[in-house]
Amino acid sequence: MTTTEQIRSILQKHARLAVDASSLPEEADLYEAGMNSHASVALMLALEGAFDIEFPDRMLNRSVFQSIAAIRAAVEELSGGAS
Amino acid sequence: MTPLSTSEEFRALRERVQAVGVEVIRPAAADVDRRSRFPEEAIAALRKERVLGAAIPKTLGGLGLSLEQVSALCTAIGQHCAASAMIFAMHSIQVACMARHGAESPFFRAYLTECAEKQLLIASVTSEVGVGGDMRSSIACVRREGPRAQVEKAASVVSYGEHADALLLTARRGPDAPANDQALVLLRKGEYTLTKTSSWDTLGMRGTCSPGFQIAAEFAATQILEVPFAAIASLTMVPYSHGVWSSAWLGIASDAVARARQFVRAEARKRPGVTPFGATRLAHAANLHQTMRMQIHDAVKEYEALSASAEGEAVLSSIGYAIKINNLKITSSTLVAQIVSECLTICGMAAYANESKFSMGRQLRDALGAALMIANDRINATNATLLLVHKDE
Repeated sequence: MTTTEQIRSILQKHARLAVDASSLPEEADLYEAGMNSHASVALMLALEGAFDIEFPDRMLNRSVFQSIAAIRAAVEELSGGAS
Repeated sequence: MTPLSTSEEFRALRERVQAVGVEVIRPAAADVDRRSRFPEEAIAALRKERVLGAAIPKTLGGLGLSLEQVSALCTAIGQHCAASAMIFAMHSIQVACMARHGAESPFFRAYLTECAEKQLLIASVTSEVGVGGDMRSSIACVRREGPRAQVEKAASVVSYGEHADALLLTARRGPDAPANDQALVLLRKGEYTLTKTSSWDTLGMRGTCSPGFQIAAEFAATQILEVPFAAIASLTMVPYSHGVWSSAWLGIASDAVARARQFVRAEARKRPGVTPFGATRLAHAANLHQTMRMQIHDAVKEYEALSASAEGEAVLSSIGYAIKINNLKITSSTLVAQIVSECLTICGMAAYANESKFSMGRQLRDALGAALMIANDRINATNATLLLVHKDE
């Protein structure tokens, strides 16, 4: 599974989106798709668990989790490169 | 937003507001509370001092006061009448949101100019039946048809709604928008109908006149703020609210401590050389008061620094800041009730009596409302969730 596919799967399970995460465009705004702050915390925890990373406080803001593309960039930064 | 050009000017304004507090607001406070009525004398006097335009930029005809200065006025008013202070605070929040996020809009610039000129009073419609106290979730939605729009909303609590010149209302951006994709809309008198759905007969904050209303409005699409409400909430509405509410509550606490101090001093004069019982308890109450004051001051100063830059704005949107600003509200609302309660105990029967110069019943009842609007348990639960990921580095 690619990083992007993993992210989509985690979104599907945890982000409580109003739409299907598997078909969401990578740049689509997740908050506009229905993710609220409660769901975003669940998403963060699931991402940390799945990728064995820890989001530092400086990355705990809206823009980092704004889209699939933004999340992938953050995960790659913390994993030390693409997978 | 530039603050009043000299702090001398602001000091003079604050003194005038303090005088208004003593001469106009305080004498009416008991009746406002007893009859649960709108404090019209207070608002009229504040209008005369042009203070309803406090948070409107000078370029649009307002006083251009900073959050720190608006907060100081909330505290000054709160010493005399908590309901009046809360109305002034709530109004200032609405104005601040429009000023900060409507700056690019010709409609909002013109409206703020009119607000300053006519000293209009703006109420907030963020609550909704069926949603609980979660301001970031809406059932109602805006329906657009070309240049016009409509909205219908069952609001559970609208403070001074019947006395306002306009409403700032939250709703989903459209019929297909999810619950948390919200817009903020300005509705002017004449554009909406207000049907009261409940009554306001409460233990305290009685003069805020906050029953529920069914609202139906028809308005121009330009009255919808383009900035998403999520951003308005984290950049302005939440921190500003917690700052001005806490400052109003600080006014209540300050009044209580001042009375308690007077009482203890009077006792001490009766028997010089003997420290009255209340003195030690007063030391404790004064300590709590200092804690409350310092936390508010720190939070307000930090907010002003953060809102002045793009990097600062990123911090305002962070989980760490959300936790911190939530804590301000929780602490202030808890402390005000504690402080007033201690001061009541210090003054004893003199405060327990309703018509004495040390009476504190209304102040205590008002203070008890602070922890309930929005419920501290809800805010703590939010913080608990955020703390699952926040590392506090």
